[in-house]
Amino acid sequence: MTLFLSYLINGISLGSVYAIIALGYTMVYGIAKMLNFAHGDVIMIGAYVSFCAMQYMGLPAILSVVLAMAVCTVLGIVIEGLAYKPLRQAPSLAVLITAIGVSYFLQNLALLIWGSTPKSFSSVVSVGSITLLEGQLVISGETIVTILANILIMIALTQFTSRTKFGKAMRAVSEDKGAAELMGINVNATISMTFAIGSALAAIAGVLLCSAYPTLQPTTGSMPGIKAFTAAVFGGIGSIPGAMIGGVLLGVIEILGKAYVSTELGDALVFAVLILVLLVKPTGLLGKPMREKV
Amino acid sequence: MTEAKKKRAATKMVPAPSHGIIPERDLYERPVLEARNLGIDFGGLHAVEDFNLVIGKTEIAGLIGPNGAGKTTVFNLLTKVYQPTMGTILLNGRDTAGMNTAQANKLGIARTFQNIRLFGNMSVEDNVRIGLHNQVRYGMIPGIFRMPGYWRGEREMHERALDLLSIFDMQDLANHQAGSLPYGAQRRLEIVRALATNPSLLLLDEPAAGMNPHETEELMENITKIRDQFHIAILLIEHDMSLVMGICEGICVLNYGKIIAKGTAEEIQNNPVVIEAYLGKRKEN
Amino acid sequence: MKSKKFRANLITYAIVIAAFIACQVLISTGVMTRSLKGQLVPICAYVVMAIALNLTVGISGELSLGHAGFMSVGAFSGIVMSMWLSKGMGLDNKTVVLLAAIITGGVAAGIAGVLIGIPVLRLRGDYLAIVTLAFGEIIRNVINCLYISLDGSKLHVAFNNPNVAGKLLINGPAGATGVSKIATFGMGFALVLFTLFVVLNLIDSRSGRAIMAIRDNRIAAEAMGLNVTKYKMMAFVTSAVLAGMAGALYGLNFSTVAASKFKFDTSILVLVFVVLGGIGNIRGSIISATLLTILPELLRAFANYRMLIYAIVLILVMLATNNPTLRSMVQRIVPQKRGNKKEADEA
Repeated sequence: MTLFLSYLINGISLGSVYAIIALGYTMVYGIAKMLNFAHGDVIMIGAYVSFCAMQYMGLPAILSVVLAMAVCTVLGIVIEGLAYKPLRQAPSLAVLITAIGVSYFLQNLALLIWGSTPKSFSSVVSVGSITLLEGQLVISGETIVTILANILIMIALTQFTSRTKFGKAMRAVSEDKGAAELMGINVNATISMTFAIGSALAAIAGVLLCSAYPTLQPTTGSMPGIKAFTAAVFGGIGSIPGAMIGGVLLGVIEILGKAYVSTELGDALVFAVLILVLLVKPTGLLGKPMREKV
Repeated sequence: MTEAKKKRAATKMVPAPSHGIIPERDLYERPVLEARNLGIDFGGLHAVEDFNLVIGKTEIAGLIGPNGAGKTTVFNLLTKVYQPTMGTILLNGRDTAGMNTAQANKLGIARTFQNIRLFGNMSVEDNVRIGLHNQVRYGMIPGIFRMPGYWRGEREMHERALDLLSIFDMQDLANHQAGSLPYGAQRRLEIVRALATNPSLLLLDEPAAGMNPHETEELMENITKIRDQFHIAILLIEHDMSLVMGICEGICVLNYGKIIAKGTAEEIQNNPVVIEAYLGKRKEN
Repeated sequence: MKSKKFRANLITYAIVIAAFIACQVLISTGVMTRSLKGQLVPICAYVVMAIALNLTVGISGELSLGHAGFMSVGAFSGIVMSMWLSKGMGLDNKTVVLLAAIITGGVAAGIAGVLIGIPVLRLRGDYLAIVTLAFGEIIRNVINCLYISLDGSKLHVAFNNPNVAGKLLINGPAGATGVSKIATFGMGFALVLFTLFVVLNLIDSRSGRAIMAIRDNRIAAEAMGLNVTKYKMMAFVTSAVLAGMAGALYGLNFSTVAASKFKFDTSILVLVFVVLGGIGNIRGSIISATLLTILPELLRAFANYRMLIYAIVLILVMLATNNPTLRSMVQRIVPQKRGNKKEADEA
């Protein structure tokens, strides 16, 4: 039983990382109607920046995270401005390929700068682990912080989108770009801000991911990126609570699958569940069915 | 009076065995369409309710009503784009419950669209060939390996497509890109394409939209000609009253999803409920 | 329009045949470098993959992110068939073995295509894309757990259990080792021609028109009595069969083939070929697949910066062909490439 709980909690923690990444995917999709393939690699860049800050600049963990967030935010805005904004009117497949190009670019840039040797990431979490149930259940500090971070981010984001002016602008632009513009909303700024938020979240996710799984390579962001993207679709692309639920569920399924079914088939199981859910609910768990006008 | 109007004026409408009226000449044939208590409920909103209509085998019928009355919704129900939440549709006596759009088309109902839905990147002839898809058939393998079935099929499609296009004198446009045609020609192409599917009932959704009076007159002649040549029934949605009153033998008036009047052109024109629906209540002095 | 299309197809065949002849000349006169010679079979495989993917993405209008999975299925089933025929059944004729392997690869991938198509083609757009990605990953995972061995002339198949009798053909994550490299450029060329024949003829037939009509306007196509699922499946399965054949050819070109050779990255690679060549443009796929496979080799001079330059070029080309302002700038400098404009307008 305690073993199951341990797996479950690890699953929720991993899922929380996926959820934070998935939020970035889903917000950008909602507002720009594009799948930002490069998102997974922004995570990797965030982790590397934090690593360098701690390793080479001797900054304390908290500051390194802030620096990573700052760098990623700028990176996100720059990418959006240079590569995606010029393609606003282009067919979605063209934007997807461009995003893939950006993804390749970031991976190879990291390869050039930091090399392919995996770096050992020192955790940014200084919270100690909790021991429960007479020493049988150990919850690492990283797990606690990750889950808490996820909850805090979810609350903050929900408040932001429903209460603040910018948040409402984001929702308006997601709904109808043209109408939002006519209402005086600065669409460009809103889209850039969405990318900024998503990228900042990606930095957090990268740091938390590498704190729990300390190997860092240029390809580190790739698989979690794909899984988080899957989670976003699973939960209903464009839905913020959907990204949350999708991410956490996916993490739990992955860990439990690897533990109880087969380690090798763990990934396959995750994807199999996704397929099953989409067959039953074709627009994802919390997705809205689209009615086409005839 | 034009030929079309003369024909319409000469039609005698009689009560149908099922509720409604049909042309006298169709009395001993099964009606092509019987919609009984048809309706759809969009989560509480009854877009169409209690829709009862009978269309005779070679009748030209009209469906009119103010904007938003639910006319296109009726078309969507008849062609199974939407599944009705109540009522039945009998097409040539067959119940279409559970069918999808393609199955309904194979059963004999074809349509055009309010916002033109041509295959814009294909040629005019290819658009008609799509209409002929179920009329001239050969499989994927004969197609890929260029077996005799392919050559026979393509030749027959070519001949039948040009034949159909000649209704509107469009054969010479066969190789033009459909999307490059002027608006009126696109509307006519849509009608030809729908005809190619060999329907018993042709639904035309605002066929005269954007046409000038001369084109509308021509369209009236062509619709009557199509009915006479192909022995099919036609149901059209229209706002152009000269067209509706000119060629429609039976007319059904819709408002807020319900039928408010049914009858011949003369009956409808003098019906106070219809007038009120279009023009509003007469102001009391 | 009819004879124009016919002439365009003829030119495509001519380009392929001319390229083959040119390569043979270069090989026989010893001009062709060793590294380039080694690329010939992979180029053929990637060209077929690109055409196959274009059938799904360009002609049928469905984004597939998991096509490498079909390539993978084709590769491994082709390898097993070739080993069984040559070692187990003692068949010596390499060409026959290769042909049998390619056909097996196609059939196996076709079956996978049917099984995957049934759930996948019910979905739309991005959801369909994500499920194809999921299936691609599942296939990779499953093959990693596969153990197939040859015992005399019998085949043993086991899952997650390396203890099978006889010589291991497929060894779980290690994949296939000791594969006899029987793939030839000649067979590759033949496969490209076959693929062209199938796809170009399909497009110009009743079924092809149906597939494209459904892509262009699904609702109108349904209203004309077209069975949408049937034609989506037709395109998808045909595409899978061709990808499987390409995979078999590709797999039999290396002595070691692991499932990790056919990752999500491979699916993306082929998608890039398709988009750059022009979505729906078959000739474009051939050219882009060839050029982009050779390009990293040519960029060898830049060593470490190679992939970075590749990525930048990719981004710049996408911007140049899709952004209206940039496009007009480029048009003023470079004479219009016919393929790109039509595809950019069509897409």
